[in-house]
Amino acid sequence: MNRALRRLFLAFILIFLMSPIVVVGGVSLNEKKSLFFPPQGLSLAWYVELFTESAWMIPVENSLIIATLSSLVAISIALPLAYFLWRYRILYARVLFMLGISPFILPPVITALGFLAFWATVGLYGQMVATIISHAIFFVTLPLVTISLGFESIEREIIEAAQTMGADSKVVFRTVIFPMVRSYMVSGFAFCFVLSLNEYIVAYMVSGFTVETLPIKIFNALRYGYTPVMACVSVAFVLLAALIFGLIGRFGDLPRLMGALAPESRK
Amino acid sequence: MIGDKPKGLRTHLPILYPGVMLVAFFVIPFGIMVTVSFFHRVPGAFYTTDFDLNNYRNLFTALFGRVLVFSIFISALCAVICVALGFPFTYFITRMRRKAQVVWLVILVSVLSLSAVIVAFAWSLLLSQTAGISNLFVWLGLMEQPVSWSPGFWAVTCGMCYIAFPYTVLVLYPPLSRLDPYLPEAAQTLGASPVKTFFSVVVGSLRSPIVATLIMVFVFTLGTYLIPQILGRPQHWTLSVLITDEAIYRSNLPFAAAMAVFFMLVSLALVGLTMVVGKGKGPEQR
Repeated sequence: MNRALRRLFLAFILIFLMSPIVVVGGVSLNEKKSLFFPPQGLSLAWYVELFTESAWMIPVENSLIIATLSSLVAISIALPLAYFLWRYRILYARVLFMLGISPFILPPVITALGFLAFWATVGLYGQMVATIISHAIFFVTLPLVTISLGFESIEREIIEAAQTMGADSKVVFRTVIFPMVRSYMVSGFAFCFVLSLNEYIVAYMVSGFTVETLPIKIFNALRYGYTPVMACVSVAFVLLAALIFGLIGRFGDLPRLMGALAPESRK
Repeated sequence: MIGDKPKGLRTHLPILYPGVMLVAFFVIPFGIMVTVSFFHRVPGAFYTTDFDLNNYRNLFTALFGRVLVFSIFISALCAVICVALGFPFTYFITRMRRKAQVVWLVILVSVLSLSAVIVAFAWSLLLSQTAGISNLFVWLGLMEQPVSWSPGFWAVTCGMCYIAFPYTVLVLYPPLSRLDPYLPEAAQTLGASPVKTFFSVVVGSLRSPIVATLIMVFVFTLGTYLIPQILGRPQHWTLSVLITDEAIYRSNLPFAAAMAVFFMLVSLALVGLTMVVGKGKGPEQR
């Protein structure tokens, strides 16, 4: 296709993807409590408020705790399952793998409603534990897919060599397999962490009235009066996502991870 | 040791924990939801145990029908827009150098991971009177005075496309990057123009991934909840909004569950369809 036309098209897409972020960034710098773009007067006061006012600090803390713990739980589920599936070809492990992938394919409202019904029945509705475990299950797909990819990248010869040298399967796992999948675990964790920070509907349905996460806080702020702090949170989230995925892109194999995350190659 | 059958009960141990977790916190919640959908709602209280098909009978109401038709319409519209823009875009980035590809992928994944709350907030600003693009048009002399475009139908469409576009690209990325680079080249050597090559060779050989992507994006946009809620008026609500509204604000969990079960069956049928479509592979993969 024509080169200039292609450039124009790519520029159009870039503007489409970037303009909401640019406007939010501009609005976050307003001096007064108003949302003008271009901003009227420049100030970083709203960023200070985000990290000092308890109304915003509590959701920040909640979100960070939930994202960290739920990603750890998700990894703890994904690692043995991916390992088992790679090592043994057995039907019920495949069924479990499909189960692990389905929360990602189904519309999130459905999974969220299932969690709501479950936690209400168990009696933990409104507790942070409920949000943590729900997020871990909801996002287990990501570490499951990335870690499986890590196992697939291990060559048989290396393991055979280790066994020939006399290592039993525990030693092989600890000294050969684990170090090779570690970087895939890190990217699985990173994906999980970022998505959990940004997740709204599950967190809201499971304990939205008691455990306020940042997206819930922003949503509530949308209803009861806009403030530039919302824009500051958004900017912080964009930067954090760009930083984390930038690091994966720099040190990991993002094109390969993307090739695997898409449903087309799920075999 | 790879690919063999597990010997003895002890070798099954590693899978015990993930199995228990997935069954306890995914299968059982689903079971409870399906069960609740048959329960009888008690106004003011939660619900009573019952086997009641009323919740499903209530699906055949005018409101539910209207919301369902609207959800399907707007999701189909967004799926078509996203694939129409996303397919050439993905084709271009797969032909770029690896470094440039990574930069684009980082941008796309970052946008995709953004909370729908933030996306809706950003678009409500972008389409607003005080901070919106209409100010830019006024400044350029294209419009008389700034206007507000949100909430509205096109605001919802924009927001949904914004969320679905990166997803579309990531779904299209693997088949397009696997496309044999010599194929378009050969077509051009044989005298086809670049535009003709794109439509007949690239689009033509990837017909089934395109259809599969259309369905995947359709299901994905059906699931968006916050965008119609924030950028639309009540007549722009989708099924996801209706379910949440019923569950949280009207505390009618049985009816919400019945809608969710119906919604799940529709989505599963569509996902199953993509698998059938995906089996008919393009010629380059034979």
